[in-house]
Amino acid sequence: MPWTRDQLAERAAKELKDGFYVNLGIGIPTLVANHIPQGMTVTFQSENGMLGMGPFPYEDEVDPDLINAGKQTITELPETAYFSSSDSFAMIRGGHIDLTILGAMEVAENGDIANWMIPGKLVKGMGGAMDLVAGVKKVVVVMEHANKHGESKVLKACTLPLTGTQVVSLIISTLGVFEVKSDGSGLRLIELAPDVTLEEIAAKTEAAYEVAI
Amino acid sequence: MASKIYPDAKSALEGLTFDGMTVMAGGFGLCGIPENLIAALRDTGTTGITAISNNAGVDGFGLGALLNTRQIKKMISSYVGENKEFERQYLSGELELEFNPQGTLAERIRAGGAGIPGFYTATGVGTLVAEGKELKEFNGKTYVLETGLVADLSIVKAWKADERGNLVFRKTARNFNPMMATAGKVCVVEVEEIVPVGSLDPDSIHTPGVYVDRMIKGTFEKRIEQRTVRQRASETAAAGTEN
Repeated sequence: MPWTRDQLAERAAKELKDGFYVNLGIGIPTLVANHIPQGMTVTFQSENGMLGMGPFPYEDEVDPDLINAGKQTITELPETAYFSSSDSFAMIRGGHIDLTILGAMEVAENGDIANWMIPGKLVKGMGGAMDLVAGVKKVVVVMEHANKHGESKVLKACTLPLTGTQVVSLIISTLGVFEVKSDGSGLRLIELAPDVTLEEIAAKTEAAYEVAI
Repeated sequence: MASKIYPDAKSALEGLTFDGMTVMAGGFGLCGIPENLIAALRDTGTTGITAISNNAGVDGFGLGALLNTRQIKKMISSYVGENKEFERQYLSGELELEFNPQGTLAERIRAGGAGIPGFYTATGVGTLVAEGKELKEFNGKTYVLETGLVADLSIVKAWKADERGNLVFRKTARNFNPMMATAGKVCVVEVEEIVPVGSLDPDSIHTPGVYVDRMIKGTFEKRIEQRTVRQRASETAAAGTEN
């Protein structure tokens, strides 16, 4: 059984470590905040200018001056700090954020990622994605293993315009987990979702990988 | 010295606008946008504007108001598309669009305001963003040259100002506003409250008054794009028993 959205988030949460400063992308990555292990302190950064993001507000706490990068209303915590967009990206670009968890349209076996535009379709922009993949110490992708046409999103080489090159270190797909080897020599399959077989993942993955389960 | 305080947004923009000008407008989504000055800029009828702003507002509000009236020729932004009129004008070729990575956009503005004409960043190397730009290696890693940005006018939203233009922002409504205040040849600010000199803590000023040329006390709608709330456990239980 492939992992569900929530199970993907739960698996991604295993990449958190105590004391980490983390930036979560929009979509499935946002759900990772629901799975912080007990006793662990993790601080979430929002690139619009906030460190220490709290939960969504109750109706009577909604504040138009307090939103996250997805433009959703949010709350602050006792340890929250606010700052400008240039300070925010100094943190990101300067390597001060430990981990970012992002969605992707395609990831290649060398760690290239494409997640911002499809030629011929309306392009909304890259937002902060290019800065995050270029600057954050560890980039983890969570995504469906295949696109809606059933084609592998884990590829030998990306076909869509790139967000960053050789930046992804871990791919958590609905079928399993791949490490991107730091020497650029390819992927290593390290985990399978429950009841997913090596045959199934081989049939559904375009990229080359070694099995290390 | 002459007062920086103007009676309203219209008078604060007097003599500052011209066709083909470049305008920076603060805000992230609809959070911390200079609502009053955007509306006043629309009312000046200025056309051919190049607008530098992280986003493009929504239909009819924020910079969306200036798109409806076709006053914007070009946008420099990191993320758009919450706006049907924007989409229509862009797809029909009426509107030019330059996408910058959000951090590169923020740094270009910061650099522009700080008198730095260019800087190298790893962001966008190997992507469309770096095409045609100078690349340079530092310590074995490749970086792309990006240029500083300045504008003819920056319009900024702050929370409070004192009478000399020292500014304090509030929560995530700060975003691009402080850098933009530094990067406009003229900077006009709208605030929720103007307080007497001496009533702001000098150690807590976010933007020193040197950057601020004119300011107004505005009135604010503060629209919310994605109102996302949770329910208290008691409310959830109550909702459950009603069913």
